[in-house]
Formats: sequence, C-alpha cells, structure tokens
Amino acid sequence: MDTLFIRDSFLQLLSGVPLTLELTAFAFLLGLMLAMLIALMQVSRLRLVRMLAGSYVFVIRGTPLLVQIFLIYYGLGQFRPTLQSLGLWQFFREAYWCGILALSLNGAAYGSEVLRGALQSVSKREIEAAKACGMSGFLLYRRIIMPLALRQALPAYGNELILMVKATSLVSIITMMEITGIAARLISETYRPVEVFIAAGTIYLIINFLLTRVVSMLDWWLTPHLRGVPTTGNPEHAND
Amino acid sequence: MTEGANMQPVISLRNLHKSFGTLEVLKGISFDAHKGDVIAILGASGSGKSTMLRCINMLEIPTAGDVAVGGETVKLKKHGTGLAIGDQRQIDGIRSRAAMVFQSFNLWSHMTILENLIEAPVHVQRRPKAECVAEAIALLEKVGIADKRNAYPSHLSGGQQQRAAIARALAMHPQVMLFDEPTSALDPERVGEVLAVMRSLANEGRTMLLVTHEIAFARDVANRVIFLHEGVIEEDGPTDLVFGNSKSERFRKFISNSQQADRGQGR
Repeated sequence: MDTLFIRDSFLQLLSGVPLTLELTAFAFLLGLMLAMLIALMQVSRLRLVRMLAGSYVFVIRGTPLLVQIFLIYYGLGQFRPTLQSLGLWQFFREAYWCGILALSLNGAAYGSEVLRGALQSVSKREIEAAKACGMSGFLLYRRIIMPLALRQALPAYGNELILMVKATSLVSIITMMEITGIAARLISETYRPVEVFIAAGTIYLIINFLLTRVVSMLDWWLTPHLRGVPTTGNPEHAND
Repeated sequence: MTEGANMQPVISLRNLHKSFGTLEVLKGISFDAHKGDVIAILGASGSGKSTMLRCINMLEIPTAGDVAVGGETVKLKKHGTGLAIGDQRQIDGIRSRAAMVFQSFNLWSHMTILENLIEAPVHVQRRPKAECVAEAIALLEKVGIADKRNAYPSHLSGGQQQRAAIARALAMHPQVMLFDEPTSALDPERVGEVLAVMRSLANEGRTMLLVTHEIAFARDVANRVIFLHEGVIEEDGPTDLVFGNSKSERFRKFISNSQQADRGQGR
C-alpha cells in the first residue's frame, strides 16, 4: 500500500467535501420539514390523514434509496413533455436537484418515524397543563409539544444526520462529483481502489465525527433539565 | 354567602352528567360557587369529584348539562351520543380564568420555574413580558421559592414544584382556582408547606374549589363543603353545619373512616 498515494488521494477528494456537505444540509433540512409534517399527520385524529402518511413511510422505507434515485433521475425523463408543460423540467433534468429530492424524501420517511415516537412520548400531563392555561392548536404545538418532542428526538435524529451524510455517496451514481464521485473518477484513472477508498472513508469518518460532536453539544445545551441539580449540598439553597 | 347569593355566580353547574363509555360517573350535578367561596369537594375514590372539577374547565367534556364560568355558559355542541367543544377560543378564555392546580404539578419540564410562570400570561393573555416577569418573581416570593426561579422543575422537591404550580396558576389572574388533590402526590413532610400557601390564598378571599383528602384542612379553610357519593351531591352546605350536624349517614361514616385512617398513620 502506498501511503503517499493515499495522502494524495485524500487531498484531491477534499474538493468533493463542499458538495457532500451541501447535499447533506439541503436534503436534511428539507427532509426535516417534511418529516415534521408527516409526523403530525401520523398522530392526526383523522384516519385518512394517518393512512396517507403511513403509506408514504411504507413505500419510501420499503424501497432502496438507489432505486428511488434512479426512478427520479432516469424515470422522470420519460415524462419530459409533461414536466416541461408544468415548468418542472428545469428542476428534474438536473442530477443535483433529483439527488436532493430523493435524499429528502428518504430522510423524511425515516425522520418522521423518529418524530412520531417523540411526539407520542410528550407527557400528557404537561399537555393537559398547557390546555388548562388556555393553550390550544398551533400555540400548544409551538410552545409546548414541539419543544419537548424535538428535545426527545434529538439524539435519534443525530443518527439520521449521519445516515444522510453517508447516503449522499449514492448520488455519485447520477454524475454528482461529491466525495464518492471523485473517488470513482480517481480509481478509473489509477486502478488503485484500496488507497482511494481508504482516503474517502477517512473523510466521511471525520465529517461524521464532527457532526456527532455538534449534535451532542446541541443536546447538552437544550436539556439542562435532564442534568443533575446545579449545586450539591442543602437542596433548599441550591442555585443562585 | 348571603350577600354572594345576589351576585352572579363565578361557577354554575346545572344538571351535569358525565359518562366514560357505559360507566356513568356524574349523575346530575348542580351547584353555584360565588366570589370568595372556598369550597371543599369531598368524597370517596371514584365518587366523581375530580371528574366534576375537570368538567368545569372542560378537560373532560360533559355528556350532558351546562357549565358557566364568570356568567359565561360554555358552548357545547352535539357529538354522537354526547357533547363536544363548540368554540375552542371561548374554552381557552375560560380556562385562563379558571386556573387549575394538578395532583402531579404538571410543570413544563423544559422551562425554568420563571419561564413556567410567564408562559401563559405572555403567550395566551399577551401581556407585556417585563410586567409578567416582575409579577412572577413577586409570586414566587409569596410562595417562598423566589431563589428557585432559574431552576428546572426536575431540580425541585415535590412541595416546591407544587408551590411553583400554584404560582403559575396565580400568574394568570384567575377568577377561580381549581385544586385537584394538590397534596396527594407529596411526601407527608411536604404537605404542610403547600397547605400553608393554599391557606393564605383562602384568607385573601380568593375563590377556590378544592378536591382533597385532607379533611382537617378542608374543615379549617373551606366555608362550604360538597360531599359527592357515586356521582351525586349527597351533602352540600356551610362547613360548620355539615361537619357539626350532617343529615347524611354516608358523610358521617366517611369522616369517621378518614379520621381513623389518619390516626392509623399517626397524624
């Protein structure tokens, strides 16, 4: 194994990092918004709404992301005239947007399950106290239910973020030159897959390590109530 | 009571019924509470006293009957065999005027004590934040936990949490306070501090409805007692009269059983 070549590959692959992070950020945020909507639909009182959300999760989770990417990028090409008449072709002819769409849809399906569990875990007593204070509807969700649910969901959602980083490697297959895309090009030029993939794997590892730290810091910052009493000694005079 | 009888009642229940499935918990409850009344609602477990209290602020929707708070009758609409909320905004308004204190405190765990207190005044009643904060600190001083204002509920003892919950209810300037077994979840040595706060509220002339198992406390602070038995009002009258000379055999038995239980616990 040629360590010098690994270092060389590593430096070349770094040019793919911005695109990987961009895809991750876009898909993650879009996915999160969609996930919230779907999670709320899943806990709806209306059966039809619950079924719609349930079917979405069933289909997206039950099929491979790679198949979804192919379907969106290549499959939608068959409907080009229709998409053109709708003005959507600009969007779907770009591998970039097709990739983000597939990743977002996928992230939303998994994320909504995490959020649904978190929504259902919110204490009924705290919700009841909010109702008894005159809160209802959007205000109740914005001030009490969502803040509690998101804190509950955060550690598991951090997992989703890491999965998303790794999932972006799949869009290299539809011509995107992110880390894995560049790696594939380097291999086709040099025929040295081991070194190149070791370098690529290392970059993903570093990104995910940093993201994990960020998520735990966020979690720490958002949950002071789950930590112990700030001062020890006489509990009557804790704090201040 | 005598002068109150001429005024509009703060709470008025008329022929209130509530069923859970086939189980009828309330079988036609009617009474009025007037300004300054401190009404103790007593009864054995399962007599419907908590359910009755929760029907006043519509945490439970009655199956039939009328509820009025501050002279405003709650709008309910037919829904299947029972009733449903007719006007959510009206209910929200009524709920902020009839503040409830729960058995297990139900403070919002992600907010500090101070944030718990200003939450409803700022976001439901839309009062200026600075004013709410100043008032919240004064209320926390009143219940003796001003030093805990930046702590989270999980860092407080049960008694402190319940005092914070009472302060949270007071922060909304309620017309009436509904206490749903406020000391039942507390360690025995923490009961006294909560009762002391409630006693001071009663002495201020606040209108209070109090579901409790603390018979001695009820006898001491309430001016009126309502005794529920199997979903109907079995006894209703001024505290002295009811405790002194109740016509109800069941009430006398309930009191003597509770006293025996208290002695058994060495209270």
